[in-house]
Amino acid sequence: MNSIAANEIKTLKLSIYRYDPLKKEKPYMQDFDIDIPLEKDLMVLDVLMLAKEKDPSISFRRSCREGVCGSDGLNINGKNGLGCITPLSDAVRSNKLSIRPLPGLPVIKDLIVDMKQFVDQYKKVKPYLITDKKVDTREAIPQTVQEREKLDGLYECIMCGCCSTACPSFWWNPDKFLGPAALLQAYRFIADSRDTATEERLEQLEDAFSVFRCHGIMNCVSVCPKGLNPTKAIGEIKKMLVKRAL
Amino acid sequence: MAMNGKGTLLDAASLPVKEFDGIIVGGGGSGMMASLQLAKSGLNTAVVSKVFPTRSHTVSAQGGITCSIQSADPDDDWRWHMYDTVKGSDFIGDQDSIEYMCKEGPEAIFELENMGLPFSRTDEGKIYQRAFGGQSKDYGKGGQAERTCAAADRTGHALLHTLFQANVKAGTNFLSEWFAVDLVKNQNDQVVGVIAFEIESGEPFFLKSKATVLATGGAGRIYQTTSNALINTGDGTGMALRAGYPVQDMEMWQFHPTGIHGHGTLVTEGCRGEGGYLINKDGERFMERYAPNYKDLASRDVVARSMFTEILEGRGCGPDADHVFLKLDHLGPEIVHKRLPGVTELSKRFAHVDPAEHPIPVVPTCHYAMGGIPTNVHGQVISQNPDGTDKIIDGLYAAGEAACVSVHGGNRLGGNSLLDLIVFGRSAGLHIEETFKSGIELDNPSSGDIDYALRNLNRVNVSQSGENFVEVKKDLQKTMQMNFGVFRTEELMVNGIKEVSNLREKSQNIHLADKSSQFNTARVEALELLNLIEVAEATAISANERKESRGAHSREDYPERDDDNWLKHSIYYADSKQVSKREVNFRPKQVQAFQPIVRTY
Ligand SMILES: Cc1cc2nc3c(=O)[nH]c(=O)nc-3n(C[C@H](O)[C@H](O)[C@H](O)COP(=O)(O)OP(=O)(O)OC[C@H]3O[C@@H](n4cnc5c(N)ncnc54)[C@H](O)[C@@H]3O)c2cc1C
Ligand code: SF4
Ligand code: SF4
Ligand code: FES
Repeated sequence: MNSIAANEIKTLKLSIYRYDPLKKEKPYMQDFDIDIPLEKDLMVLDVLMLAKEKDPSISFRRSCREGVCGSDGLNINGKNGLGCITPLSDAVRSNKLSIRPLPGLPVIKDLIVDMKQFVDQYKKVKPYLITDKKVDTREAIPQTVQEREKLDGLYECIMCGCCSTACPSFWWNPDKFLGPAALLQAYRFIADSRDTATEERLEQLEDAFSVFRCHGIMNCVSVCPKGLNPTKAIGEIKKMLVKRAL
Repeated sequence: MAMNGKGTLLDAASLPVKEFDGIIVGGGGSGMMASLQLAKSGLNTAVVSKVFPTRSHTVSAQGGITCSIQSADPDDDWRWHMYDTVKGSDFIGDQDSIEYMCKEGPEAIFELENMGLPFSRTDEGKIYQRAFGGQSKDYGKGGQAERTCAAADRTGHALLHTLFQANVKAGTNFLSEWFAVDLVKNQNDQVVGVIAFEIESGEPFFLKSKATVLATGGAGRIYQTTSNALINTGDGTGMALRAGYPVQDMEMWQFHPTGIHGHGTLVTEGCRGEGGYLINKDGERFMERYAPNYKDLASRDVVARSMFTEILEGRGCGPDADHVFLKLDHLGPEIVHKRLPGVTELSKRFAHVDPAEHPIPVVPTCHYAMGGIPTNVHGQVISQNPDGTDKIIDGLYAAGEAACVSVHGGNRLGGNSLLDLIVFGRSAGLHIEETFKSGIELDNPSSGDIDYALRNLNRVNVSQSGENFVEVKKDLQKTMQMNFGVFRTEELMVNGIKEVSNLREKSQNIHLADKSSQFNTARVEALELLNLIEVAEATAISANERKESRGAHSREDYPERDDDNWLKHSIYYADSKQVSKREVNFRPKQVQAFQPIVRTY
């Protein structure tokens, strides 16, 4: 980006949440002026990397830079999303961009949150196929096109955490309410025609907290960068639980 | 004890030790396949990964996993797949390994499906398979085959998450967000573990083990334009080179034909498998000229070179005539959005076009390392005896893109990497299991051995002034892009080697300004640079040494394949910076070897 003429550049007002657990200071917002080329619609992650060139001590996670690995869930101008696929044209308001860590989880450093609670909830729903059948290395378990279609919109989750950290019920009860991501995962296996543990799965989800703390506020749906719909999956689980109780 | 800015040197005496039966460095497809095998065998195993496992690069794989499972075609035969792979490799793939992969592949695929991998399905309820480049029936005589098993265009995601889930079920021990720095060797040239630190706390450890598997993935970040994730910095390859072990065929880098122009992100070959094709500025389907039979589904090296030729001869698209178009719109939104949803998403984001309506601007992008740490079919790392015969390194294994068991030779076929990961990840696991059953003893390292493995970490930690590692990295990427791209000449490469060597000097003197302990990503990036340099230099020197054109290695000054001198692997050592040759295996066990023929598509 060395040879861009001045008139093709815009100066963006960037501010980044900073926190270092070993320093005495409280968390604060650090401001940067970042020159960005106008002809290209950069992504938020690109801008973070430009800022890191100015101050290498800024910490954030990133890997794929194409929206598939789930590393860089961030709170971008107040809305959760992935840095690498959120274009500035969507995110920037009045030339300002403010980036904070995902809300509701403990901050380790700067933009890096501790995902432990999130992953623990994921593990709780037994996120793997359970079948009566022994693993057979000679053939596939048959599944029709229609049965397979039921998994679309469920299996694509990248565990970025954008949804659960936008969910008020998860904020208040992160240890008990499983949260939208884990529940989406639970339903992904319930919906799989090859899985034979539906009953066991529903039983586990039955208590007042696991599922029923979801009040259908749909924050999760509006932030999911993969366009998934945890609310709908939760609704399906609720329906099955109600039916089962009758 | 955490690393901090006080300039304290780490040493063997103060370094805490954690001991495991097996350590797998890498939580991608190959690493988690190996760990699954070990977890099932009850060995105390740890997976060390610098990112949470599902963030590994395997997650990006789109198109699928090639394997003759006889779903699309009940008459398909693993030997046909073997033939295609040998031919695709331009005959320097090892035929014993290729045979093993193609033959064992179906078991591994069915195992994954049984574990829950959500493959797309055919009308008969079987696993869906699509056409990919370089695939044929009946040893090249029966036309295009459909052999690539797919979960829409998100096969890598489906595979990686399924493996992670299976490992969660099996109770695998994850050291997630830990960075491995260097191998620890004892005085008998055996590997007894790695130096690693927990990124969150900055605490370093000696992870001691009788079996260390390097499953650290690719190193596409040595180039400026690449389809690879930002974390693909060739760490395992760098570790092996610094420990004195060789790498093989490092000149062989695959440039994938369809990287999104201006970004490098990939759109899968499956686009062409589903009926898409490339056009130049005149709207001409130019691949018909270069590969009359297979057209857009010729092997990747052939397609990438054809695209560059079009661009160089002035038939490129766009204001700078620097790319071509991938046309999909004729397939209709139904096929495009259903079969290629991920591509649709990427194309809208990074090229600002909906592929169901407009063609995608594409240009070849650095994609895959065919070369790597040489191994046998059990994943055991191989070095050479003074007389040139193979020597097995006790305690060290490699699998996946970091390894070179050499199933890809000079050019990898699409969908063969994922198969390589799971087949050889598993075989490494199986071999370790066997080895433990028969009992192994490795000598303990001396404190000098451990201190030696700490030298780079110490150097970076105490640096008080010196080079800016971000700048060194950028210069390296530029140099590699300019001098070791799709078309190569001695003149460019000699110049490139000099520049890389200067950059190596600089890298010995980098300055880490931020010495903080917790989640210090600058420290990680500084250490990654040391690995990028190793890989780049190995690539540069090997490329100049191979005086012929074969597979992905295309030289204007030596345009022909030279089977008399170069039907061989190249072997490179970092300490001597010398390249030697290693025989290619032509001894498959169950079929006759395929002899070199002229490679046309
Ligand atoms: C965009 C794209 C699409 C592709 N599509 C296909 C396809 O359709 N079919 C196909 O067959 N192949 C495809 N490939 C190739 C294939 O995806 C890769 O070759 C393969 O996934 C590599 O897997 P791996 O297990 O070797 O390594 P990776 O998945 O890259 O994993 C490497 C692991 O090592 C860890 N690691 C690395 N260094 C360190 C360190 N220093 N300390 C600790 N941990 C470390 C990382 O954290 C990570 O867990 C594609 C590649 C790309 C780039
Ligand atoms: S719909 Fe339910 S899960 Fe989603 S944000 Fe609202 S309460 Fe949370
Ligand atoms: S459901 Fe969407 S937002 Fe939630 S973790 Fe998965 S991909 Fe992220
Ligand atoms: S870096 Fe992978 S999702 Fe953004």
